[in-house]
Amino acid sequence: MDFVLASLTDGLLLGFVYGVAAMGMTLIWGVMDVINLSHGPVIALGMFGVYLLAAALGLHPYLAVIVVAALGLLLGIVIYAIAVHRVIDAPHLSTLLATYAINMVIIGLGTAYFTTSPRNIEFTLGTSSIGPITLLWTRVVAALAALLATGGLYLFLQRTRPGRYIRAVANNRSAAELMGVPSTKILALSFGIGTLLAAFSGGLISTFFPFTILSGGVYELKSFVIVVLGGLGNPVGALFGGLILGVLEGLIPVMMPTTWVPVVEFVLFVVILRLRPSGLFGAKQ
Amino acid sequence: MKRLQSSLGLLLPILLVLLIAAWPLVTSQASDRESAFTILKAITLAASLNILLGYTGYVSFGHIVFFGLGGYVGFYLVAVQNWPLVPAMLVGGLASGLLAFLLGKAILQLRGAYFALATIGVNEAVRAFINNFQPFGGPIGLTMNFKVYQQYGGAMQALQMAFYLMVLLTLIVVIVSHRVRVSKFGLGLLAIREDEDAAEVMGVVAPAAKTWAFVLSAIFPGILGALFFFKNGSVEPHDAFPLAASIEAIVMIMLGGYGTVIGPVVGGLGFQWARGFLLTNRFFKNIQLTVTGMLLLVIVLFIPAGAIGWLRHRFPKTRRVLQ
Repeated sequence: MDFVLASLTDGLLLGFVYGVAAMGMTLIWGVMDVINLSHGPVIALGMFGVYLLAAALGLHPYLAVIVVAALGLLLGIVIYAIAVHRVIDAPHLSTLLATYAINMVIIGLGTAYFTTSPRNIEFTLGTSSIGPITLLWTRVVAALAALLATGGLYLFLQRTRPGRYIRAVANNRSAAELMGVPSTKILALSFGIGTLLAAFSGGLISTFFPFTILSGGVYELKSFVIVVLGGLGNPVGALFGGLILGVLEGLIPVMMPTTWVPVVEFVLFVVILRLRPSGLFGAKQ
Repeated sequence: MKRLQSSLGLLLPILLVLLIAAWPLVTSQASDRESAFTILKAITLAASLNILLGYTGYVSFGHIVFFGLGGYVGFYLVAVQNWPLVPAMLVGGLASGLLAFLLGKAILQLRGAYFALATIGVNEAVRAFINNFQPFGGPIGLTMNFKVYQQYGGAMQALQMAFYLMVLLTLIVVIVSHRVRVSKFGLGLLAIREDEDAAEVMGVVAPAAKTWAFVLSAIFPGILGALFFFKNGSVEPHDAFPLAASIEAIVMIMLGGYGTVIGPVVGGLGFQWARGFLLTNRFFKNIQLTVTGMLLLVIVLFIPAGAIGWLRHRFPKTRRVLQ
């Protein structure tokens, strides 16, 4: 039982961070119907951004995470302008391939420059024990940061003018254009925020896990599962999806060998896509 | 004359495949034979995926699942059960076809991007399953006892035979893909690609047609997998289910021309040639993935119809011969 509690806490804390990564993907999907296959490499870039800023410039890792998130916004806008804008109205195959092309470019440059040997950031905040549970403070801070990011995104989407524009474009792009919403700018901004969240989650992960340039792929796959759990295009659902996935990752190792985790995750993924494509929290179609 | 023109659509791709096959026979270099094998393997993967992706319009990121599964089943039969190669290849193909049939029942109702996402999930789930499945050796995989090759007159002869089988398989894929393209069944698939609801109204039984297109596109990678891992001598999950290879097959189709018979042949040849060039070039060696990515981006953004589609569009007369 003690082991279950410890494992569950670990999973839950990670779940928040998974949720933020997935939120970026689901935002992009919801606003422009694009499945962003360059999500994983951006997460990895977030990890390496923090690594470089912390190791080379001696920046505090959490400060570095914020800088990396800001750079993520810029990167997203650039990716949108280069690869996505031209094919935004083309069939899904085009956007899938265009974003995958960006994935290949980033991974290619990344492996050439950083190689695929694992890196880690020398950073710890110590641990505390509460009964059977050992809390790693880096993970607690990451979970809190993830919550803050979710709250921030929610407020941004609900209360600010650009946020309202984003929701209007997600709802009906041509109608929004007729109402004077600058849709191209809003699409670019949404893509930027999506990659910002990816880079941000990558940065947070890098404070407690070792990583390589290829690590993002794992989190990209988790993001797919989470996005489907929470409902495509539903950012707050993504946080809950992340928590569900985190709990599963905490519980499955108690019942069967850890290597079965991906099998369970992806079977769940396909079942949910098939039975409730709008996600666990979406309205029934 | 008219007959000749209509059969050129099939003859041209066959001729191209035969030229690729003849190249190592002329030079009689083992390394050329290996290169030709790789190109033919790429063409087989791309042409079989084209039945689903090009004709039916369903984007699958899981094509390599069928390659891996067929490879594992075929390899298990040859290495552990001592079956001869050709029946093992056929059973590998059937196993993949069966998986596609069951999967098709489950996920072909999903449309567009949902289907694409589900195929990514299937790829990961099957890979993780094989990783944990002990009869297939789990994460270590299986290796072939060298004695198996003796039945075929030694390893050298076995490699040569594998090459001939590869040529034969590629020819069959090209012929089947042409037969589908000109048949009523294929016409139904094209209608589904353009507008699935409209196709159903016009009397295309979409669920059945999609399922059979999926099964047909899965059988060939299954057979190919069995052949490839027989030649390889060992099979492990990492080699059998590379997600990247699924995407490379899509790139080849896009490069050559989506939904055409000769497109995947041209695309497979072009892609492998370009990759060979990049890998051996001193400057590009380390960033070949980046260059391939840029190439893909340029195709997607500026010539989405691919080389053949562009030719057909630019020079309407070529439409008679290029299919």
